[in-house]
Amino acid sequence: MGRGRPERSGTVIRVAIAGGSGYAGGELLRLLLAHPDAEVAQVTSERFAGKFVHRTHPNLRGLTRLKYVPLGELSSCDLLFSCLPHGASARHIDLFLANAERVIDLGADFRLGDVGEYERFYGEPHPRPGLLGRFVYGIPELNRDALRSTSLVACAGCNATVSILALRPLFLEQVAKSAVIEVKVGSSEAGNRASEASHHPERSGAMRSYKPTGHRHLAEIRAVLNGRDAVQAGAAVAITAGGAAAGSEARTPAPLPHIHFSATAVEMVRGILATCHVFLREDLDEKDLWRIYRRAYADEPFVRIVKERTGIHRYPDPKLLAGSNYCDIGFERDPHARRVVVMAAIDNLMKGAAGQAVQAFNIMHGLPERRGLEFPGLHPA
Amino acid sequence: MHECPVCEAEVPISEDPLEGELLECEECGMELEILALDPVTLGEAPDAEEDWGE
Repeated sequence: MGRGRPERSGTVIRVAIAGGSGYAGGELLRLLLAHPDAEVAQVTSERFAGKFVHRTHPNLRGLTRLKYVPLGELSSCDLLFSCLPHGASARHIDLFLANAERVIDLGADFRLGDVGEYERFYGEPHPRPGLLGRFVYGIPELNRDALRSTSLVACAGCNATVSILALRPLFLEQVAKSAVIEVKVGSSEAGNRASEASHHPERSGAMRSYKPTGHRHLAEIRAVLNGRDAVQAGAAVAITAGGAAAGSEARTPAPLPHIHFSATAVEMVRGILATCHVFLREDLDEKDLWRIYRRAYADEPFVRIVKERTGIHRYPDPKLLAGSNYCDIGFERDPHARRVVVMAAIDNLMKGAAGQAVQAFNIMHGLPERRGLEFPGLHPA
Repeated sequence: MHECPVCEAEVPISEDPLEGELLECEECGMELEILALDPVTLGEAPDAEEDWGE
């Protein structure tokens, strides 16, 4: 028993984390150790089996005496979080399902519903194609109802999460003709394994275009925003094939917008800033845009509109979101072109990974959505 | 409640508003001014202007 254990509020949900030694695993552990309804029973790591978890996550020293166990020693639990790299969750899914009633996968294996798209973007056949379509895509703002009743969740990619949340209101309203997304990302997105590219003299101060085209997360972004059935539990993503919101006022389906995506690594450890250039089908003024975004997000606990004309914090800034589960979104209409620039920021390890997973966990168990996720970030940071 | 002329958010007004009173919209941060009382009309507050010591 470690220090600082939270007061339990009711039935304890026993959870395990597979592949917990990475950054997403560490963040998940940090959140779950403080979660009043969760008890972390096991954390696995092959590399660090037998070691205390604070060996890899030193911020957790004194909070738990958990030690890593190998995957082969996994025992039964109520819910298993998988933070294994892509390909590994699919390979071990039978082990997970044999030990846990519910699985939340933070990796990429079960996000896409289209086998061809998976192969095209991941360069290999899907190891368990029969399971595609059984997982709910884990962005709560899209699939809250489906999350309440599912036992399988595929959390979205971090870049996909911020891009989708930034643009979805405009795509739902069918006002976007095309979109160009540029994300600036921190180094933690690349994981905790060292490489030549992450070597300090190479990485420090870098502003590196590492994926101008063909980023894997583009598959998710296109699938969701264009409403194809490629997203897991596609029916749960309430967008029809024409791109219109299901149940919304009938409009003639417009051609699917082109979506482009580039990623640049910048001098930052945590965080993503997405700058999205959206070319509009029709002219909209700023009040129209306020209405569109307010309609989409007014009741969302973790999405905030950040758009001010004065002050030094006029638009979203990932620096302010480190450790928080918020997605901040701002926009500005170009007065000289039919274009709006949408800016969105998240902490890639939180709303883009562990925070999103805990939000889904809360929804799946009928808990208040903000439970365990109240941290508002630091300022100054 | 009244509407922000910039972002259309609801802006609370005191029970005894004054003409020229300054308010801030919580959502878009715009500084607003009560331009008229009957009916209450909100507008964007002018930026502070330099009076050159006059």
